[in-house]
Amino acid sequence: MEKIKEDVLILGGGMAGLRAAIAAAEYNPKLSVGLVSKLYPLRSHSVSAEGGTSAVLNPKDSFDLHSYDTIKGSDYLGDQDAIEEFVRLVPEQIYTTDHWGCPWSRNPDGTISQRDFGALSFPRATFAADKTGFHVMQTLFSRAMKYNIHFYNEYFATKLILNGGQLNSVTTIDLRTGNFVVFQGKALIFAMGGAGRLYQFATYAHSVTGDGDGIAYRAGIPLKDMEFIQFHPTGLVPSGILITEAARSEGGYLLNSKKERFMGTYAPHKFETASRDVVSRAIMWEIEAGRGVKGEYGDMEYVYLDMRHIADKLDERLPMITEIAKKFNGIDAHTELVPVHPATHYTMGGIDSNVKTTTSVPGVFVAGENACVSIHGANRLGSNSTNECLALGNVAGIAAAEWAVSHSVPDLDVAQVNDEEKRIWEDMLKRDGGENIAKIREDLRINMDKNVGVFRTADPLRNSLKNIAALKERYEKITIQDKADTFNLELEWAFEVGFMLDLAEIITAGALQRTESRGAHYRRDFPDRDDANFMKHTIATYSKDGPVLTYRPVVVTKWQPTVRSY
Amino acid sequence: MEELVVEVTRTDEKGNQKLQSFNVPKDKVSTVLEALLYIKENMDPSLSFRYSCRMEICGSCGMEIDGKPHMACSTTIESLKSDKVKVAPMKHYKVIRDLAVDMEGFFGKYKEVKPYIIRDDENGKYESEILQTPAQFDEFIDYSMCIKCGICMAACPIEGSDPDYLGPAPLTAIWRYVADSRDQGAKYRLEVASGPEGTSRCHFVGECTEACPKGVDPSYAIQKLRGSMVKYEFQSLFRRH
Repeated sequence: MEKIKEDVLILGGGMAGLRAAIAAAEYNPKLSVGLVSKLYPLRSHSVSAEGGTSAVLNPKDSFDLHSYDTIKGSDYLGDQDAIEEFVRLVPEQIYTTDHWGCPWSRNPDGTISQRDFGALSFPRATFAADKTGFHVMQTLFSRAMKYNIHFYNEYFATKLILNGGQLNSVTTIDLRTGNFVVFQGKALIFAMGGAGRLYQFATYAHSVTGDGDGIAYRAGIPLKDMEFIQFHPTGLVPSGILITEAARSEGGYLLNSKKERFMGTYAPHKFETASRDVVSRAIMWEIEAGRGVKGEYGDMEYVYLDMRHIADKLDERLPMITEIAKKFNGIDAHTELVPVHPATHYTMGGIDSNVKTTTSVPGVFVAGENACVSIHGANRLGSNSTNECLALGNVAGIAAAEWAVSHSVPDLDVAQVNDEEKRIWEDMLKRDGGENIAKIREDLRINMDKNVGVFRTADPLRNSLKNIAALKERYEKITIQDKADTFNLELEWAFEVGFMLDLAEIITAGALQRTESRGAHYRRDFPDRDDANFMKHTIATYSKDGPVLTYRPVVVTKWQPTVRSY
Repeated sequence: MEELVVEVTRTDEKGNQKLQSFNVPKDKVSTVLEALLYIKENMDPSLSFRYSCRMEICGSCGMEIDGKPHMACSTTIESLKSDKVKVAPMKHYKVIRDLAVDMEGFFGKYKEVKPYIIRDDENGKYESEILQTPAQFDEFIDYSMCIKCGICMAACPIEGSDPDYLGPAPLTAIWRYVADSRDQGAKYRLEVASGPEGTSRCHFVGECTEACPKGVDPSYAIQKLRGSMVKYEFQSLFRRH
């Protein structure tokens, strides 16, 4: 067993984790900052963010407007106090990353340019062409080279160990050597991203398997609002690769099989630039009504994204998706239609937190998609994720650094660490029931797509719970065939699937109990929003018999819920 | 059913190498990465390789495909125009296992070139942007597209014989910052570029530019750097008198 101590320990090297690491290192250069990730940081899914990040930079815009758009987008499930504080933190992050070299797209006068995005009442999406996440990540990773941040690349975290409710340690496997490595920090930041690969058709990188949510949950830290999974309207068929919302905010149309522009039926004011939940449902309803395209991509029916009339904008403002359509589908978006279908894109839920980034465990913080503050409520607005990673990654980094200054590393809980070591080498690797981990994962994803997708109903949700229980039994009988120490990805998959099974259960249970429709959670059997009973967050806490669900009221400051239409 | 024969150069954890072929149904996969995932999920779970975004932006899956370094995720089966593909780890890197290679040296070189904006007015608190015209922006933006996949290093013939050479990606990073109007670190950067591990070792064969999946053109960046170095030398000579 190898032991490593840091003052501030960060799990996850995506946008929130890198931002937090820099903030902690800048707060006090004497602190040691360690960043542990199962990937090299630049391989994190944050690099795939495309269209933009909302920030109030223009005097004609206002914090109130950004707050209101976010709250309406959230279908009134976002906590309004947190949102009001959050939007005020964002502009400084845009300017800071500009000083650090981020190539924000420019106006002719040299100032930072902004554009429209889905469900915004002011064009406040700050962007770096359609590679916003990529450029911000390159900027942060490169900036991090300036500090003495210790990068532990390709260490897979298996467990958070608490002792008497206090932070103790994090156990990992160094993928390169297979060594069991225990990390301790005076403070710990979770920044491990979302859980979107619970689903088959996803815009997500393969690596987004909900490890952070899963680890926290098993340690007894509650998760919040997990039933809210965002489906992005335009995943490229058949790969699921994201086609940015900017394709529509720059003027692109959605067409059904009759080549009719159908969004007017569902969002008479905003059309294609309504919020994502609204557009995704519209596409699914078109397909259900028999107006989906049955084409060359297997069984999946889809609709078309038409950008032919904005062909002159593609090379400058949408270069990446133009290139993606060409490289992956052989389609020239200037002259041809692009096949799209709703795909899982964002996990609104996460570790129960707040705008100060704290959790139920003192000294443990969380930022980015791993967190549920809640800013996004039942539906995140496009352009409101990377700004959260920057603003709250910064808050978490400073908070963790402050905590580290006045606290010490506890004595290692050797008994629990030894138990975890045994679980890995003597349980996981020695199970021999013949079940294949990849097959269990595939069956789980098929179940989630089918039963817990854009549309939900009681019976399919109950079926999902049964299926997950059966999958959990099969999981006990896996055989990991790869016995190597070095780079054993099959073992990594096994841990990921363990987290995914827990999360699938929480998502389904939350969706079943929420007998209303709000934001991304749409119940066919309860199609209306029910403010009297459900202006509240779902809190899921681990128990041996499955998740225990409790509820907490939403914080409302000045925007009372009203009918939401676009 | 049509099949694709995937011949993989495998290396086990003790360093033993062997060739192994897998027959993958063509209708199940559309890219080389998908073929490798198909093999791992259905045929041999011990096959090791890196992957993540599958959309050619995270830089994980660089490997030798039919003798040239490419991203597995964006190499479509259709583009192979063959029923057989040979897959091997990238050259010039130490193999960890199968197709996963050691990237520590690559990222170490990247860190060495100080790949971040250097300015005299850093105070940690910023309330506006640094003005930059679209023309100034155009000077560096193409060079900021590098995804750090390391493919150019595998393509570069100098890297093979001369591992101390900084190589195309780190040198391109130097030019990316020299060309950025917001940066004030040109002095340090050009010293590194003109140092013993710098641009002088490049023979301008252009393999890096040909291999780069993102069209970054490291070879041109290195030429631009050499031009700047001459200009800089001249100016500093002038200042001394």
